[in-house]
Amino acid sequence: MATLTVNRAALGGFSFENCKRNALLEGEANKVGCSLPSARKTGTTICGVVFKDGVILGADTRATEGMVVADKNCSKIHYISPNIYCCGAGTAADTEMTTQIISSNLELHSLSTGRLPRVATANRMLKQMLFRYQGYIGAALVLGGVDCNGPHLYSIYPHGSTDKLPYVTMGSGSLAAMAVFEDRYKPDMEEEAAKQLVRDAIAAGIFNDLGSGSNIDLCVITKGKVDYLRPHDEANKKGVRTGDYKYKRGTTGYSLLITHRRHDVFISSMEMMSEVTCVL
Amino acid sequence: MAALATMMPNFGQKVSAKSDLVPEWTSQEVSTGTTIMAVEYDGGVVIGADSRTTTGAYIANRVTDKLTPIHDRIFCCRSGSAADTQAIADVVTYQLGFHSIELDEPPLVETAANLFKASCYRYREELSAGILVAGWDRRKGGQVYCVPIGGMLVRQPVSVGGSGSTYIYGFMDSNYKPGMGKEQCLELAAAGTHCCCKACWELCSQHCRHIHTGAALSHSWLRGSDRPMR
Repeated sequence: MATLTVNRAALGGFSFENCKRNALLEGEANKVGCSLPSARKTGTTICGVVFKDGVILGADTRATEGMVVADKNCSKIHYISPNIYCCGAGTAADTEMTTQIISSNLELHSLSTGRLPRVATANRMLKQMLFRYQGYIGAALVLGGVDCNGPHLYSIYPHGSTDKLPYVTMGSGSLAAMAVFEDRYKPDMEEEAAKQLVRDAIAAGIFNDLGSGSNIDLCVITKGKVDYLRPHDEANKKGVRTGDYKYKRGTTGYSLLITHRRHDVFISSMEMMSEVTCVL
Repeated sequence: MAALATMMPNFGQKVSAKSDLVPEWTSQEVSTGTTIMAVEYDGGVVIGADSRTTTGAYIANRVTDKLTPIHDRIFCCRSGSAADTQAIADVVTYQLGFHSIELDEPPLVETAANLFKASCYRYREELSAGILVAGWDRRKGGQVYCVPIGGMLVRQPVSVGGSGSTYIYGFMDSNYKPGMGKEQCLELAAAGTHCCCKACWELCSQHCRHIHTGAALSHSWLRGSDRPMR
């Protein structure tokens, strides 16, 4: 018998059809005593700061898959437009695709208006998209750039709320980075001082948070110029071995094995074999 | 067009793992555990709020502005989920701006309040938003409307909202008297939000605004340490 397929118009957002079934399966698995595998998030430290001439974004470069480092040198600062960049924390796939979608839409928008895109526009697009998906897209972003109204910095949370601030941190290492910012941030810093501050904030995240590590990437955005410094600081260079277990050519090998026999019974035939066995 | 989300039914599925690497608060929704209040007087309104936004136990933003302009002389005080209230406020700002252009005159506070109520009531199952709408218009002067969680709409001369407001019910009952002037209302709002912050052990600033007919809107940030302990 021929089967009929009905064409249904694609609904927006995710399909939650399997959620009831999954909940049922989880309940049954728990009854038996095992648990279903769950999605993992990546630990990260990302931050941004507004200084005198623009914005500096910073990020670590570790991508984790559970307890294993999946990528020692991944790039967490994503391109949105020539004057706007975005750091992403949370689920790596979500941050990557979200920033690419908004970058594409923003380029079309910019061609339509004939103007350089504004950071507020990128912020609006990102927050409306994340709110539409009600937090199921796990992307926590630090958006920064320089447009006709000056430098701007936003933090964007997975549920779609945003804050416009002079300095922001996100990710699992954000507490450590925020501590550095709260101590040393001043308004209208010079570029070198601001770069050092961001570098120190990311370093605090790298050394104090297990989910962050490897190198420090910086992105300095000023009016008309972007410096993408990757890596800016290799804080975790792989060490060089100082010792070596190999033996040099020409070493004489010999072996020694000492066995003890009971003396009271076999006094006449005391044997002692001498061997030195080197174990590599 | 401002996007109103296609609200999907929430099956409450927890997606993130209990991973030691990533602490709990990174996956929690950003919420404004809050104190907001609004007082009307003859000729305008005074609104006030604290400035803290939290994700679980972490303070995401300690200088939040919860008093959001909807129109030139109409503001809203936001409490509850930060994402929900920001989205609703954006939608209502768009709708009210469009309406005002159609009318070719400043919109009424009651109109703004009804727009908030329409969104909050329609999506009441999905939203977590408690809002105070306050402003001045030519028809009824200074007005305060309360739109709590669930989408009720009621006009009140003075209103408080947010999780911290419970600490000042007594304070407001005893200190508010109908017919107070502008200065007394400013004093009441500042003292009220300060008391709330002290009661919640919040060492953050409070934020008072004052909307008056004709004159420019005034705005003052008060640091918690500025006020003496009562």
